[in-house]
Amino acid sequence: MFELLSFGPNGWGGQLLAGAAMTVAVSLSSFLLGLVFGSAGAAAKLSHNIVLNGIAEVYTTVVRGVPELLVIYLLFFGGGSMAMALGRVFGYDGYVELNAFTIGVLSVGLISGAYSTEVIRGAVQAVHFGQIEAARACGMSRWLILRRILVPQTMRYALPGLGNVWQLTLKDTALISVTALAEIMRVAHVAAGSTRQPFLFYTTAAVLYLVLTTVSTAAFERAERHANRGVRRA
Amino acid sequence: MNWELMWDSVPTLLGGVPVTLELVGLALLFGALVAFGTALLRLSGNPVAERLMAAYVFVFRGTPLLVQIFLIYYGLGQFEAVRSTFLWTFLREPFWCAILALTLNTGAYTSEILRGAILSVPQGQIEAARACGMSRTLLFRRIVMPVAIRQMLPAYGNEVILMVKASSLASTITLLEITGIARKIIAQTFAVFEIFIVAGSIYLLLNFIASRLIRYAEWRMTPYLRARG
Repeated sequence: MFELLSFGPNGWGGQLLAGAAMTVAVSLSSFLLGLVFGSAGAAAKLSHNIVLNGIAEVYTTVVRGVPELLVIYLLFFGGGSMAMALGRVFGYDGYVELNAFTIGVLSVGLISGAYSTEVIRGAVQAVHFGQIEAARACGMSRWLILRRILVPQTMRYALPGLGNVWQLTLKDTALISVTALAEIMRVAHVAAGSTRQPFLFYTTAAVLYLVLTTVSTAAFERAERHANRGVRRA
Repeated sequence: MNWELMWDSVPTLLGGVPVTLELVGLALLFGALVAFGTALLRLSGNPVAERLMAAYVFVFRGTPLLVQIFLIYYGLGQFEAVRSTFLWTFLREPFWCAILALTLNTGAYTSEILRGAILSVPQGQIEAARACGMSRTLLFRRIVMPVAIRQMLPAYGNEVILMVKASSLASTITLLEITGIARKIIAQTFAVFEIFIVAGSIYLLLNFIASRLIRYAEWRMTPYLRARG
């Protein structure tokens, strides 16, 4: 039975590992895209512009209140026409098709971004206003305050929350398998179908996910310890 | 935008609401029982039970729900031993497989919420109850559980919303709940945005109602926080 998992010509080991690498690639790209969306969303929520507030509020409410699978279907079936509409705005009339990787990263990034928005907003608000005032009193420009005062502390406060978002993102990428992208779940599904050993392959997939989540939990713990090295504990 | 198609899809998609509600309701009910048992065993002081339950929580929180659903639906049927028992009458139905996966999943998450809540009950209250001569079960029933349930409600509200969303994964094993029906209509008509808006609104409405219910329960359970009128 276990030769099915080997790396030989009859084994699925190589493909499963490639699937794990694909899962990591999609997760990392989506998480980073989510950080971009999240920073923009947090900035919009904290701005005093009513329109920006509204847009960010609708974004986080809708994406966090609607099943992930539905968001993925939206981009899977409608991503191409959205990209073409966007192309037309910039004067490109040709046909656009998005590949499965792009669709996966866009949809999971969108979901990840909605959760990151709340984490980053909370972290920014956790920085004491007195520090911003002090920086202003030192004559720092807005940009310098952002770079030297706000961002370094925000990153420290946001780290635990972002760790949770990362776990969510990692697990959400399993849903991308409906678009036939060859990540862990998809490889396991194909292997289970062709060998008629679904239990073996889905258990292997579960173990691969457990390894990924355990390793990343440890990594985030280390990062937190590193970020908090200057903070004295009571 | 095809308004007519959008309007016509409303009753069809609403037809999936009962299945979604059944999935969520049954999973939450069974999940609460699993969570209760798991949390108690994790705090029981028995090292074997504690390890086992910790492993259960670790596995179900560390893997995607989709893997759990596929493992139960496709994986268990592989064994002759499973197919020959009475369990097979349930496990060959995608509906009960989805319920089982959702139950075990929410049970793991909820047990952690409940465990935290039980641990957060102030020690002084437990001491006071002991001083009044309450037995262990009476103390648990009258002091620990009411305080813990009140404490866990906000976090449990999030879990309920996560369950409403998670029930959409049942569509991957052929169940026609809201997302399953939405996918079917999209494949037939290619009206992606129209269907997304209708189906998404239904989910948002369900989640809104769920969060209101939880908030109402919280309000009912914290009369001492309200100003006396």
